[in-house]
Amino acid sequence: MKIQKILNILTLLTGAIAVTFTSIWIGKQAYSWLPPQAAAESLLIDDLISFLVTLGAFIFLGVTSTLIYSVIFHRAVKDDFTDGPPIEGNVTLEVVWTAIPILLVFWIASYSYQVYEQMGIQGPSELVHLHNPLAMESAYAAPANALAEPVEKIDVLAKQWAWVFHYPERDITSTELHLPSDRRVRLALKSQDVLHGFYIPAFRLKQDIIPNHAIDFEFTPILAGQYRLTDSQYSGTYFATMQANVIVESPEDYQQWLAQAATQKPSPAKNQAASEYAQTSNQSVQTGWVTVPPAAPPLVNSPG
Amino acid sequence: MTNIPIEGILLPNEKPKHESSSNWKEYFSFSTDHKVIGIQYLVTSFFFFLVGGIFAMVMRGELMTPESDLVDRTVYNGMFTMHGTVMLFLWTFPSLVGFANYLVPLMIGARDMAFPRLNAVAFWMVPVVGILMMGSFFVPGGPAQAGWWSYPPVSLQNPTGNLINGQVIWLLAVAISGVSSIMGAVNFVTTIVKMRAPGMGFFRMPLFVWGVFSAQIIQLFGLPALTAGAVMLLLDLTVGTSFFDPAKGGNPVMFQHYFWFYSHPAVYVIILPVFAIFSEIFPVYSRKPLFGYKVVAVSSILIAVVSGIVWVHHMYVSGTPGWMRLIFMLTTMCVSVPTGIKVFAWVATIWGGKLRLHTPMLFALGALIMFVFAGITGIMLSSVPVDVHVNNTYFVVGHFHYVLYGTVTMGLYAAIYHWFPKMTGRMYSESWGKIHFWLAFIGTNLNFLPMHPLGLQGMLRRVASYAPEYQFWNVIASLGGFLLGMSTLPFIFNMVISWMQGEKAPANPWRAIGLEWLVSSPPPVENFEEIPIIISEPYGYGKSEPLTANLPE
Ligand code: HEM
Ligand SMILES: [Cu+2]
Ligand SMILES: [Cu+2]
Repeated sequence: MKIQKILNILTLLTGAIAVTFTSIWIGKQAYSWLPPQAAAESLLIDDLISFLVTLGAFIFLGVTSTLIYSVIFHRAVKDDFTDGPPIEGNVTLEVVWTAIPILLVFWIASYSYQVYEQMGIQGPSELVHLHNPLAMESAYAAPANALAEPVEKIDVLAKQWAWVFHYPERDITSTELHLPSDRRVRLALKSQDVLHGFYIPAFRLKQDIIPNHAIDFEFTPILAGQYRLTDSQYSGTYFATMQANVIVESPEDYQQWLAQAATQKPSPAKNQAASEYAQTSNQSVQTGWVTVPPAAPPLVNSPG
Repeated sequence: MTNIPIEGILLPNEKPKHESSSNWKEYFSFSTDHKVIGIQYLVTSFFFFLVGGIFAMVMRGELMTPESDLVDRTVYNGMFTMHGTVMLFLWTFPSLVGFANYLVPLMIGARDMAFPRLNAVAFWMVPVVGILMMGSFFVPGGPAQAGWWSYPPVSLQNPTGNLINGQVIWLLAVAISGVSSIMGAVNFVTTIVKMRAPGMGFFRMPLFVWGVFSAQIIQLFGLPALTAGAVMLLLDLTVGTSFFDPAKGGNPVMFQHYFWFYSHPAVYVIILPVFAIFSEIFPVYSRKPLFGYKVVAVSSILIAVVSGIVWVHHMYVSGTPGWMRLIFMLTTMCVSVPTGIKVFAWVATIWGGKLRLHTPMLFALGALIMFVFAGITGIMLSSVPVDVHVNNTYFVVGHFHYVLYGTVTMGLYAAIYHWFPKMTGRMYSESWGKIHFWLAFIGTNLNFLPMHPLGLQGMLRRVASYAPEYQFWNVIASLGGFLLGMSTLPFIFNMVISWMQGEKAPANPWRAIGLEWLVSSPPPVENFEEIPIIISEPYGYGKSEPLTANLPE
């Protein structure tokens, strides 16, 4: 009898340890499921995701292994039609099991809150609207100790279905988003027609763009390379094609690109939505439904 | 494999005095019997489940390759819009209302719903909604293409210039479905409050009734908001008002508030009855009382209440200020507390029981496991920084399909198998049921698990084409999707054959405790000759106490 009890406790303990180590391991894997970390914000978010995956894996494995254990060992014997023990509840257990999720919620919420504050991605236009109980200023003690005040200000215009970037200091436009690395950037997001969404997976950052509504959006690119910007808010027929290249480069290269683009004459950019639209409207047999025609391709100094 | 326990069960010798009509024509008539209406809802909604499934197959076919090559982009957009709409408004809502119709009067010891004619009218609006939705494929310009949430300004763009267009029809159909749901909600709430058998206090109600009650209360407070939003959008679209049209100074974000104020709680209108189905099934097949019955009952109401203050989590990145993002993050996470209580209660009910893995139990167990997974990704989504990354990506699509397929649809299957003998008076085939379960369980995971890595990598939802690096997981997902599509075949086969010529079912084939199992299968018209008098709590497994004072057990 005694041996049986010890054995049971040992099994439980081994199970718990196995579940713990497995979930820690899974939590570490989470980083490999994500794109490269190209912005300071992505470091914070990835740590948070890894933390949540660890916790989630622990809960999931805990529950499923209990269920699988029951399914294997608590099956009714054939022809045994009696009932199980009529246990209806257990106050201590129920209290503990209510307290645990409450504590977890506060833990997850406060960690998420800290990360969000450090990111500080909402620019001043949002702060104006606030009768703000939670001061967001601390947000500017920004990620990776980057320079607090944004140095680069870029206008982003979204339309059905193209992205246009305007660099006010040099007054140039481009269909490629060039960004200096290790500098805080502030984008002024605008939409010409419907809702669009500004999303760069490698930065882990996203913001809807709303017509008649100026939205400032801030972040800090940290890793040189080429990434994709996509439209994240469904914007009609050619939604999927609304993409652009994002090029993060050293501040020197960035300045050089600006200077070089300033010497070029504006010309119409290539646009996938426009060319697909032209193609389908030329077909003799229409296989789809009528659609809103794409906006005219933007005139840009640097068509990318 | 067919091991249907009918041991120890006596078939009722005498036929019930008022025989249940077995005329199939009745199901095509304006019947006011809640049981006929329940089955009408179930069969109609299953038909639309198949329609929505065909749209899903087209989408998964398109997504086999990175290019947009199977169908035109406009067609793809129509497909995902109608798929989402049909699955929500014509499958999950009506099928759960069907179960509620069938079971609630039986479970509370009533002869019918409070307003039988209203009940029939509410049902007959569902085929009208369906015909409108399907009809919209044939208007010039095709069906609505703005997604099931129809955000303006995209939903206000009307390239055909016609007044009758897919989006207008869509809004009309959704409004009719809302009216039907309001009628149903009034009827359910009245029935549950007023028509319980003597002795059935609130804490003697089966949990299914608690689940329906909480869900229908949400309908009462939520639907007016959705209806208001839909009517304003309809006015913008047809007569050119400017509530939401930014070109005329309107505010499209307002629509999102109206929409999600209802449509987030709507998720609980769907899931609460499914939780309730779990609470009915686990005790029967574990042969134990439901662990923590009262807490589980109250947690349904708590979920309904908290669900009313979480809607902004769908709008974190929609120009929402930081403080609001954070407040709604906290309220959203709070939903996991009453939900966690339920999960714990189910696991504790199963623990130490004497498990019988019949098809309903298999489906309920599979659904529980997938719900735990969905709950975990749900918590991740509620965290603002994580949502900023994965919002509107396939991570979200994966999450809500684990809810809507993994939990709701699988839970519905569990319920169909469990109550099939009661409803039809015949047994289903256990071996076909198990084949169905394994195909569905494997298919669901194969289809929806790959969506999570895709979303983390940044693949967006609602796209007909994507970057080539996403192809691998998409192919797996599509194969899983086709498997899921196929998994419905053994189910349909089983249901049709068993209904026509299955073994005759006894009144209580699962030896379950509950009023519905005390009447014959199928139950007679008006259910009870004598209204039962309730003398104990439900789920008295292992306690050998009678449930009623006057009905033979
Ligand atoms: C074989 C099973 C299924 C497959 C293969 C499938 C596949 C898909 C796909 C590919 C999408 C498009 C995702 C996007 O781009 O937004 C989608 C969206 C959706 N699905 Fe399913 N689905 C299935 C079953 C279901 C079920 C059973 C439900 C509900 C009960 C459901 C509800 C939805 C909803 C609400 C949407 C969102 C539509 C929108 O974005 O407007 N699906 N599904
Ligand atoms: Cu867009
Ligand atoms: Cu929600």
